[in-house]
Amino acid sequence: MRNHRDDERARTILVLLVLASISVISIDAGSGSDSPVDPVRTATGSVVGPVQSGFSAATRPMRDLGDTFTSDETLRDENTALEKENAELRSRLRSAGADTARASELERVNRVAREAGFETVSANVVGYESAQSFGRTVTIDEGTASGITNDMTVLNSDGLVGRVVDASPNNATVLLIIDSDSVVGGRLGSSMELGFLTGDGDLSGDARLSMDALDETAKPEKGDSVVTWGSRKGVPYVAGVPIGEVADVDTDPRNQSSTARVEPYVDFSALDVVTVVVGSGASDDKTEAAGEER
Amino acid sequence: MSRTAAALALLVAALTLQVGLFPQLSIAGVVPNLALLVVIGAAIVRGPQYAAVLGFAAGLMVDLAPPSDHVAGRWALAFVIAGYLAGLVRRDAQESAVAAIATVAGCSFVATSLFALSGLLLGDDGVTVERVFTVVPLGVLYDVLLAPVVLPLVIAAFRRLDPRPMEAVR
Repeated sequence: MRNHRDDERARTILVLLVLASISVISIDAGSGSDSPVDPVRTATGSVVGPVQSGFSAATRPMRDLGDTFTSDETLRDENTALEKENAELRSRLRSAGADTARASELERVNRVAREAGFETVSANVVGYESAQSFGRTVTIDEGTASGITNDMTVLNSDGLVGRVVDASPNNATVLLIIDSDSVVGGRLGSSMELGFLTGDGDLSGDARLSMDALDETAKPEKGDSVVTWGSRKGVPYVAGVPIGEVADVDTDPRNQSSTARVEPYVDFSALDVVTVVVGSGASDDKTEAAGEER
Repeated sequence: MSRTAAALALLVAALTLQVGLFPQLSIAGVVPNLALLVVIGAAIVRGPQYAAVLGFAAGLMVDLAPPSDHVAGRWALAFVIAGYLAGLVRRDAQESAVAAIATVAGCSFVATSLFALSGLLLGDDGVTVERVFTVVPLGVLYDVLLAPVVLPLVIAAFRRLDPRPMEAVR
């Protein structure tokens, strides 16, 4: 039987738990980059992450089945041939997208990375953050056991995907470059001008990056490609990874600066195989060269 | 103890579907909030006190499990309050399916709004008013769509865990 005392106890517990939640928020929000919550996050990831990986592996055949039904065999062969031709015509770093065969996808990703001289680990995306959480992050099925640690660059065959923000033994969380918390140093392909690209945090798959040039007189042009400018030792982003293409430019006549809207090369709604750069085997000038060929 | 373990296993399963399966079926990135449906089901069977405690556990799990990267405790706060509220109206929800669906709609609205509000207060740039007005209604819609399927399963599970007859409410 429910009575007055039960109601009171439930209310007390409600108040205690609300206060506990607020305490957790305060601790995590107030302690910046070195939060005491981080180890708990990693521990939770080491328990829940493998479940996500297992579920993704178990349901993969069902997802691939969809491709088999929707595409005709001859069309697919033709598509692959055309794509190969297309890839040769484009720059060496960028390959044609939307190939449903996973083996060749993996091969392409690895080739992109090898040409740039990186030591890499391949991983599958096994979980996506929901729009209700207002963030753009994914789970991948490799972690510290494969040498993955925080702030490593993540890319796929189309270009830059993001960076690792949390790694447990067998999984890692990747912050996508379209998240509003993400800032990437970029370089315009034509003028070599530097700037910072910020994600717009768009949740519905039509995300853009906005790029503010360091030199305010720089004039990005529509169709110009943007690559990572990289940082010392390649943390968090190695140099020369393609990011996207300038879609349009907003010029502010009052302070003479212009902001470029950059459309990313990567399709963030259809991430599958990604590559994590766990070490840069090449010397700095080799990666620079890879960036300058574009 | 095994009851607690079973409830936690149910939450892990809900969370796994939420990040691993439903993103393929998302509406503009919005997926059903299955962890919240588990908390609401528990509230209907066990009442506000149990639901608030389970809501805290579920919220922390969603906050800390990959691929989360937001400030921890935000979903916990939202789920504690939503679970408690669902427990308060459980007599109606037990008696009619329409009331149960209405409970889901109300709790979904409250939980997502509270989460967004805490984001606004903390200065999370990803939370914009415009986005909140898209995500909250779509979230309510998706939760309501799945409730007739998921809620009976959750309620059956919690009844098996706790075979006592449901509390009579004065």
